[in-house]
Amino acid sequence: MNERFESSPPAAEPKRIDKAQYGLALALLVVGVLTIVDARGLEVGFGDPIGPRLFPYVIGAGMIVLSVLLAFATARGDVAEGEAGEDVDLTSPADWVTVGKLVGILVLNLLLVNLVGWAITGALLFAGAAWTLGSKSFLGDLIVGAVLSVASWYFFWFLGVPLPAGLLDGIL
Amino acid sequence: METLDLLAGGFAEAFSPQLLLYAAIGVLLGTFVGVLPGIGPAMAVALLLPITYGLDVTESMVMFAGIYYGGMYGGSTTSILLNTPGESASVMTAIEGNKMAKRGRAAQALATAAIGSFIAGTIGTLLVAFFTPALATQAVKIGAPSFFAIMLLSLVLVTSVLGESKIRGFIGLFMGLTIGLIGLDLSTAQARLTFGLLELADGVSIVVVAVGVFAVGEALWVAAHLRRKPVDVIPVGRPFLGRDDWRRSWGPWLRGTGLGFPFGAVPAGGAETPTFLSYITERKLAARKPGGEPFGEGAIEGVAGPEAANNASAAGMFVPLLALGLPVTATASILLAALQSYGIIVGPTLMDEQPDLVWTLLASLLIGNTLLLVINLPLAPVWAKLLRIPRPQLYAGILFFASLGAYSVNSDPFDLALLLFFGGVGFAIRRFGIPVLPLILGVILGPLMELKLREALDLSNGDISGLFSEALAIAVYVLIVLALVGPVVLGRLRKPADEQDAKEEVSA
Repeated sequence: MNERFESSPPAAEPKRIDKAQYGLALALLVVGVLTIVDARGLEVGFGDPIGPRLFPYVIGAGMIVLSVLLAFATARGDVAEGEAGEDVDLTSPADWVTVGKLVGILVLNLLLVNLVGWAITGALLFAGAAWTLGSKSFLGDLIVGAVLSVASWYFFWFLGVPLPAGLLDGIL
Repeated sequence: METLDLLAGGFAEAFSPQLLLYAAIGVLLGTFVGVLPGIGPAMAVALLLPITYGLDVTESMVMFAGIYYGGMYGGSTTSILLNTPGESASVMTAIEGNKMAKRGRAAQALATAAIGSFIAGTIGTLLVAFFTPALATQAVKIGAPSFFAIMLLSLVLVTSVLGESKIRGFIGLFMGLTIGLIGLDLSTAQARLTFGLLELADGVSIVVVAVGVFAVGEALWVAAHLRRKPVDVIPVGRPFLGRDDWRRSWGPWLRGTGLGFPFGAVPAGGAETPTFLSYITERKLAARKPGGEPFGEGAIEGVAGPEAANNASAAGMFVPLLALGLPVTATASILLAALQSYGIIVGPTLMDEQPDLVWTLLASLLIGNTLLLVINLPLAPVWAKLLRIPRPQLYAGILFFASLGAYSVNSDPFDLALLLFFGGVGFAIRRFGIPVLPLILGVILGPLMELKLREALDLSNGDISGLFSEALAIAVYVLIVLALVGPVVLGRLRKPADEQDAKEEVSA
């Protein structure tokens, strides 16, 4: 977001193609086409001059145009600049293993939450995510996670929008 | 002075012990969350939304006022003590602020940021109170064609102002617009882009989108690029200003407020532009008068100005939100969604239909702002300790609360899947440098725009002239063309000179 403050890239650098950006362009193309195809199935009511189709048509078409423009820009050497941040080190290559583990933990949580309840999966989510990101004290994280999840369960119970108790039904 | 009477009424309402308590909790929570690295004000508001589920609308708005200003203040603490700003609005604060901190003047940097934020927030909120009713009275007369044009203008401005790459801005915008399409069409109740999933019939909540894109996306992005070395936090005592610091700060505070408020009130990307302008202005002014640290070595003016601009623009955002129902920042979008969830129609009629709510909210903003100063100056050393929170636990906590927020709405795991999906989107936009604000505004403004577009064209029986049937609409379209074409033409004309300038900016 703060590209404005970056100096212009050195001219001598050989042209680099950001191949992943072709992937993004393709994804946008698919989304644009899907939006239009989906809108074709809509019915325009009698006496409705515009109907529900126009807006998706415009958005889908815009998306397709953008995907083509992005593909051309990529071919001309346009390179995306990843977002910097307090805890982000852009000099290292992306660590896909950690990302994969984290996604796995989130998926596990969403699969289990209604079976065993938030009070348990929330604790596992916290401890699992901390472990994935390099924490060495799994037991400590598990305790912190359990305190957080049980406390949040009671918080919502107190608010009058109780979360399903799952396995701990009758205990909480 | 009718406005003052109404505001006094708002104060009378807001000064109940209960509302004061909510404001104080909001300020504390907002600062707490805002100080945490990686969390900006918009994410703070989105993450803390669930805690207001049990409250009535006034209570929750009062709490949000505190959370919002607290989150803003927390962000500046992070950028001063940690050199790496969490959000674009704090970029300018970090430049001089961190240098001040490194020279042992962290206490003064935090103090000028806090007092500047207080002054800017107070003046800004008062300006909101004076401008909003007048604007709302005019706005009631605005028809669908002009409303559509104004929303289009704000999307074009936000998309083309932010960042260098226009194509990325528009990609973000169209992603948002596509997300906004999901759900039942408003007038014919036909499902669009739901792929047969009943859960998507009501559309995707902006809160799930925002929490997914901001929080989960951030956690995944950090996971991919985690800085493995320990962070370097500068210790700080209780913030204070010496006499010389006061003398050097008050000018930048007022100028920053003057720059920030108008930019906050128009859809121009929130605080990014005015903080930048404020920094440039103060640097130019400081060059003329000697004395004190120069810019680049921790000049207090470079913290005072941008911080005031940041908070004044944060207040300015309420003008279009309350007068037109038009959000111009991600935070405003979430506040709008929160209000809508109470069944309140946010638009030009809000001032007439919910005057108590609006005036209590404005009074609470002023109270929250004062609480911020009173609570946070003594607490600064505590907040600084938060910056040392180990990163694995920090991001685990963010994921925990993001999941809790999404899940608690309906106790439906589907919302968690949706959250993860938007986390993936958030990861992608960080990887590809796509700005997040056009995406968020696209989600919330897309459906509104379609509504106004169809209203306008229904009146003209589908004829495109229906879009141009009001003088205001035509004027706005002219502005849109100017906004799109102007920079290109100017750029062509001034390119050589500009590049020279830009280089000087960077090297300075």
